[in-house]
Amino acid sequence: MAILVYCENWDGKFKKLSFELVSYAAKLAEKTNTEAVALSIGNVADDELKQLGKFGAKKIISVNKDELKTLDNKVYTSVIAQVAEKENAQILVLAHNLTGKALSPRLSVKLKAGLVSGVIEIPSNFAPINVKKKSFTGGAIANVVVNSNMAIFTLSPNSCEVTENETNAAVENFDANIGNVATKVVDVNKVTGKILLSDAEIVVSGGRGMKSGENWAPLEELAQVLGAGVACSRPVSDEGWRPHEEHVGQTGKIIAPNLYIALGISGAIQHLGGVSSTKYLVAINTDKDAPIFESSDYGIVGDVRKVVPALIEAFKEAKS
Amino acid sequence: MKILVCISNVPDTTTKVKFVDNNTKFDVTGVQWIINPWDELALTRALELKEASNGAIEKVTVANVGEIGSEPTIRKALAIGADDAIRINAKAEDAYFVAGQIAEVVKKDAYDIVFCGIESSDYNGFAVGGMLSEFLDIPSVSSVSGVEIENGNVKVYREIDGGKETLSTELPFVAIVQKGITINPRIPAMRGIMMARKKPLNVVEPVALDKLTEYSNYEMPPAKAACKMIDEENVKELVDLLQNEAKVL
Repeated sequence: MAILVYCENWDGKFKKLSFELVSYAAKLAEKTNTEAVALSIGNVADDELKQLGKFGAKKIISVNKDELKTLDNKVYTSVIAQVAEKENAQILVLAHNLTGKALSPRLSVKLKAGLVSGVIEIPSNFAPINVKKKSFTGGAIANVVVNSNMAIFTLSPNSCEVTENETNAAVENFDANIGNVATKVVDVNKVTGKILLSDAEIVVSGGRGMKSGENWAPLEELAQVLGAGVACSRPVSDEGWRPHEEHVGQTGKIIAPNLYIALGISGAIQHLGGVSSTKYLVAINTDKDAPIFESSDYGIVGDVRKVVPALIEAFKEAKS
Repeated sequence: MKILVCISNVPDTTTKVKFVDNNTKFDVTGVQWIINPWDELALTRALELKEASNGAIEKVTVANVGEIGSEPTIRKALAIGADDAIRINAKAEDAYFVAGQIAEVVKKDAYDIVFCGIESSDYNGFAVGGMLSEFLDIPSVSSVSGVEIENGNVKVYREIDGGKETLSTELPFVAIVQKGITINPRIPAMRGIMMARKKPLNVVEPVALDKLTEYSNYEMPPAKAACKMIDEENVKELVDLLQNEAKVL
């Protein structure tokens, strides 16, 4: 028996998210008296793979083949399922990100394993598994019981501390069957040098209160001073002031930074659904009755055009 | 070519979420029901593709797993422009069960493209589209922000961290879509609403399938402490609090 954790790589490297996943799997293994096994697919150097052992993985399995350079959901599902069966995995853990959301439902059917998306804790019970997840877009927490023998979790970001726990685990190469690759990536369009919203520890976000797309320069400067990602609310992307990729909210991106600074955002329930896992929320709004303040830790009633430049100066000063 | 769009019947996204029966059931009192927002975008895109196809796409069907109460939502999808609808007469309680039911529909009527929204706004399962593709053993592309058809070839745009990929895929396939697939959902016009009454809405009984998960009960997220207000003339205090109290800088 084992707890299997799939660790995606980004150009051959792992991220804090990967270590969070392994730490979580190690905690599950401890609770169930089994071992955490990490699985990597694609081309990752041995030294990088061994990093996963620092966070409690007892074994690291690497599957590296040319056909696995880009993500084909069906092929990746088959590879992960082969490893899950070989290791007799009891729980399979994936990230609650683009890749995890793409693969976990397919794996659920392939392995006939109940899927719980966006778990936020270690299960309160293991026989049967009973675990908490967010539902109603952050509006409620649900307790989910898994009826099948095997379970699959996607782990909500910021739900588990990264815990160092060196195991000196060895890397094992596994020769998986690939099968037909039905999807082909014909073009990639990637922005480099920008802080990804999904990685950003701090996010600065603008709403309708910014008044116009031309007013974004101070917001971007503030983001730069803080090393933050830039986001916006739905009306802003609908108006075309900012690209849709920056829309945070129920139908846009769901993020979980340590600090979210909402500028001129009123705080509609749909917007808050996108930031409900944020650790600290700061709101700046001219309307003292704006609902955003009910969900905020710190608030300033004031005009963003006046407050943001003052904030930039204050942050610069604090830094130096 | 035929397109199937899977739709989920969900509470209006502004609904104040409450539970009854010892917090085991979602309180439906006074709830307005809508087409799940991502499914509505998928339906809109499917109709755009059909209209641009010069007859190559014969029809757009919507499928829903739900009891009779979901019919107004299905009728709305017909009013927006779907040609016909299938309702699988069962409670949508478990994604594995729901996806398995829709798989039966696709097996019977050979759809070339199946659209699913990436998640539902109520249970946030992120599951039905991917599960359906595995039940059918066909390709799936997730986080889809665009689908185009050129000379019968399908081009799919997929969001990745920090950008976008363009993919080609074999058919049939499942497109699991998110925002960007189209910008604004279509709103039913009066003519559409009149026509929707006459469009076929076929009800089929479910096949026997296990439920792999069960939502046993719910709790409200922990209440947030009161917001600390800072004077707009004193932003330094905010910086100080973030640095020394929240420790997030």
